Amino acid sequence: MGLTYQSTGTSTTREVFNVDTSDKQPVIALAGNPNTGKSTLFNRLTGLRQHTGNWPGKTVLQSQGSYIHEGRKYTMVDLPGTYSLLANSVEEQVARDFICFAKPDATVVVADATCLERNLNLALQVMEITKEVVLCVNLIDEARRKKLNIDIKKLNQRLGIPVVGTAASSGEGISDLLKLVSKVVTGTLKPEPKAVQYNPQVEDVVAKLEPIVKRVVGNELNSRWVSLRLLEGDDTIIHALEKFNGKEQVQILQEALA
Amino acid sequence: MSSSTSLQSLIREARNITGSKQNEIRDSIVNTIYQEAGNIAAETVTNEKNKVDWDRKIDQIITSRIWGFPIMFGVLTLILWLTITGANYPSALLANGLFWIEDQLTNIFISMNAPSWLHGFMILGVYRSLAWVVSVMLPPMAIFFPLFTLLEDLGYLPRIAFNLDRFFKSAGAHGKQALTMSMGFGCNAAGIIACRIIESPRERLIAALTNNFVPCNGRFPTLIALATIFMGGMVVSFSSAVATLSVAGLVVLGIAITLAVSFLLSKTLLKGIPSSFTLELPPYRKPQVGQVIVRSVLDRTIFVLSRAMIIAAPAGGIVWVLANTMIGDTSVLATIAGWLDPFAKQMGLDGFILMAFICGLPANEIVFPILIMSYVSGGAMIELDSMEALRQLLVDQHGWTWLTALCTMLFTLCHWPCGTTLYTMQREQQSWYWTVLAAVIPTAVGIILCIVVNHLVRGLGLV
Repeated sequence: MGLTYQSTGTSTTREVFNVDTSDKQPVIALAGNPNTGKSTLFNRLTGLRQHTGNWPGKTVLQSQGSYIHEGRKYTMVDLPGTYSLLANSVEEQVARDFICFAKPDATVVVADATCLERNLNLALQVMEITKEVVLCVNLIDEARRKKLNIDIKKLNQRLGIPVVGTAASSGEGISDLLKLVSKVVTGTLKPEPKAVQYNPQVEDVVAKLEPIVKRVVGNELNSRWVSLRLLEGDDTIIHALEKFNGKEQVQILQEALA
Repeated sequence: MSSSTSLQSLIREARNITGSKQNEIRDSIVNTIYQEAGNIAAETVTNEKNKVDWDRKIDQIITSRIWGFPIMFGVLTLILWLTITGANYPSALLANGLFWIEDQLTNIFISMNAPSWLHGFMILGVYRSLAWVVSVMLPPMAIFFPLFTLLEDLGYLPRIAFNLDRFFKSAGAHGKQALTMSMGFGCNAAGIIACRIIESPRERLIAALTNNFVPCNGRFPTLIALATIFMGGMVVSFSSAVATLSVAGLVVLGIAITLAVSFLLSKTLLKGIPSSFTLELPPYRKPQVGQVIVRSVLDRTIFVLSRAMIIAAPAGGIVWVLANTMIGDTSVLATIAGWLDPFAKQMGLDGFILMAFICGLPANEIVFPILIMSYVSGGAMIELDSMEALRQLLVDQHGWTWLTALCTMLFTLCHWPCGTTLYTMQREQQSWYWTVLAAVIPTAVGIILCIVVNHLVRGLGLV
C-alpha cells in the first residue's frame, strides 16, 4: 500500500482513536479507577471545550477535550475508569490499547487518596507500559478529613514518577499538576518509573522471552511488559498489535533485524 | 503474512517457556503487583488518629446477609409511608384550588356564550385532565423524588446492587442488572439505556427485557394513589400503614418477577453462564440537601409532570370527544369499553380500565387521569375535589372493590412498557423481535397474574 514508516507511526494511530491532533498539540491521557474524581478533574480542566463519542468500534464512552496551559494547547483524553489494565473487560482493553498505541505524551493516573493501596495497582501497571506517567493523588481533602496523611514526597521517590496531591472539586493542586504534566511533555522532567520486581521464577521466564519479543516488536512497545502479558497467557496484546500497528511496520523492523 | 505469523509465534514461544506453569506465573505476577501497591501505601499513608472506619462498619451491617434485606425493605417502606401520608393534604388542597379555577373558567365561558362543545372539550376535557394529573401526581412526586435522590446521594443504591448481586447471579443474569433495575425505578427507558454497562449481549438483553418489572416514576403515583384510596380504606385505623405496605409489597413482587423472568430467559431463549464483575462501594458522602431538592424537583418532578401534562392535555380532549360522541344511545368510549369488558372482567378489571391502559401507551403517567376522565365525562358531573370524592366515584358509581384496585395495581406493575421505553429498546437492540418481546413478556405476566389473583380471590369468596 506504499505506506511509509511515518504514516504508520504514532500520529496515524492517534487518529485511529479519533483523537484530535490537528494542531500537533500534545495528547494527555487520564487514567484511573472509577469514583476517583477523574471526571471531575477532566471537567475542571477542559470545561466546555470537550466532546464525547464512542471509542472506535466499541460501545464505550470516549470523552476528550482540550485545555490551555501557559499558552500551549493540550488534548486530554479521559480513559474509561478501570481497576487494572489486564484486558479483562472492554473498558480495560480500551484504556490499555490507548496507552500502548496512541502513546500519549503523558498519562495522568488519578488515584483516590482515601484508598491509595487499591489505586496504586493501576498506577504500577501503567508505569510498566510507559515512562511518561504523573500520579495525581486526588480527593486529598477527603483524606484529610479522614485524618489520612499521604507523604507525597516519599511516593515520588518510591515510584520514581512525579506525584501531586489534588482536590479536583475545589481546584487544589491543579496548577501544580499542569506544571508537572507540561514538564514531562517537554522532557524537562524525565520520570524514571521503578519497575516492579517479580519473584525469581517469573523474572527467569521473562529473561527468556524478552529478547524474542524485542526482536519482533522492536521499540514499539515495552518488551518487558509485553513479555509479562504473554507469559500470563493474555494474547489480546498480540491481536491489538496486529490491529493497530501497520503490519508493514513490523515487517520493516523484522527485515532490519534479520 | 510474515509479520502476523511472527506475532503469533510469540504466543507459541511464551507457551513453550511457561509450559504448565502459566496459572502459577499469572497468580504470582498479580500477587506481586498487589503486594507492591500494599507496601508502598503502607510506607506513604499514615493514619493520624486511629479513627474507626465508619464506612466499613456501616457497610458490614447494611450489606450483611441477615440485615441487608430487612433494612432495604424498611427504607423502602419508610419512603413510601412518608410519601403517602405526606401527599394527602397538599393533594386535597391542590384539587380544591384547581377545581375552583375550573369553576371560574366555566363562568367565563358562559359569560362569553361559548358553545357547549367548546366548553366541554376545553374545560371538561383538556383542563380537567390536566388538573387531575397535577393534583394526583404532583404531591407524591414532590415528596418521593427528593427522598429517592437523597438515597442516591448518600450512596445507598450501590449497596442495594451489592445485596441483590448474588440473586441475579443465581438467576443466570449479570450482577450489574441490579443497578440497571434500580435505574428502572426512575425511568425504564433510562434503565434500558443503562443496560449498556453490561458487556455480554446475552445478559444485557435479559436486563433490558425485564427492566419494565419495576415501577417507574410514571407508575409510582398511580400505585400510591390507588393504594391510598383502597388498600388504606379497608382498615381505617391503619390506613396509611396498609397503603404503604401494599405498595412496598408490590415493589418486592416486581423484583421477584424480575428474577423469575430472568431465570426463565437464561434457561430458554438466552442460555449462558453469568460473567463476574467488580462492584466498588463508593464512600458514603454527606448529601448536598439543597442540590438534591433542586435536582429532584427540576430533573424529575417537573420533567415527569410536564411530560404527563403534554400528553394528558390532548388525550383528555380526545377522551372527552369519544365520551360525548354518540353511536345510537351509547358513547364511542362506552362502546369500546364494552368490547373490552368481557376480557377485562376476567382480569378483575373493567373495560374502562383496560382501555385507559391502552390509551396510556404514550406515557404511563396518564393511565389514571384517562380512567377518571372516561368515568367522569360520560356520567354525572361531580366535583372531584378530594380523595374521598374519587373513592365515591370509583366505588359507588363504578363498582370498584379492593380486588379491582389490586388487579389494577398488579397490571400497572406488569404490562407493556410506555412508548418511549419501547422506542429506546428498539434503538438499543436494533431488533424488532426483542422490542416486541419486551412488550409481550410483561403483558403476558400481567394478564396471567391478574386472572389468577382475580379468580383465586373470588373463588375463596373474599370479595
